[in-house]
Amino acid sequence: MAEPRQAARPLSPHLQIYRLTVTMVMSIVHRITGAGLYAGTLLLAWWLVALASGPEAYAVFEGFIGSWFGRLVLFGYTWALIHHMLGGIRHFVWDFGKGFEIGTANLMAWGTILGSVALTVLVWIAGYAMMGAL
Amino acid sequence: MADMRTPLSRVIGLGSAKSGAHHFWLQRVTAAANVPLALFLIASLVALSGADYLTVRTYLGHPLAVIALLALILSGVWHMRLGMQVIIEDYVIAEGLKTLSLLLNIFFSAAIGIACIYAALKIGFGS
Repeated sequence: MAEPRQAARPLSPHLQIYRLTVTMVMSIVHRITGAGLYAGTLLLAWWLVALASGPEAYAVFEGFIGSWFGRLVLFGYTWALIHHMLGGIRHFVWDFGKGFEIGTANLMAWGTILGSVALTVLVWIAGYAMMGAL
Repeated sequence: MADMRTPLSRVIGLGSAKSGAHHFWLQRVTAAANVPLALFLIASLVALSGADYLTVRTYLGHPLAVIALLALILSGVWHMRLGMQVIIEDYVIAEGLKTLSLLLNIFFSAAIGIACIYAALKIGFGS
């Protein structure tokens, strides 16, 4: 026990050994978007608390979210939310024991990334179209 | 003397995570709830783009909007706490730091949840 291990033991292959596959990347992105949404709840909390606090507090929030940086953050939040949602639906398909074939899994992975980007752009087009409509 | 305990009873709870199926199940329950609730949030954000303070306040002050918001907050915060717990368990190896991280995860999720719930109720009751 006291002796440190000297033998160069073989390590199991890790990320840099495997060829990247789309399912693998989507699995990682699912986790990253989840963590991003975790941090993004600060924005949601700021929005609601500012709204509850009054017009002055809300103006501060509006100043941030209306800036280019604020919009970038909100765009990222929208994409992360939609991507995580589509990824979650993919997980539900797997939970029912379906979609494990390589072709189907790859198709769903591509659908998640392409669908999330397309839907995010659509949501933002709708957002700008609705600007000040209410 | 022969051990009267079953093999299962001797190993149960000894895994690194101490439990599992309940976590998995709640992650799925909240995920299912989050789909329509997140769609409500996105639709609301689209509808409210460029809206002024009073408009947003009136929109989110509607009882149905407050109810949906409360559901979103509860389900969302619970879901993210479970998800972050898995991330911490995967990457934070040192036992002390792991326990601290798990504790902070619960505190952060609770703080966000309480703040949002209070704000949603205040918006709803209109004070």
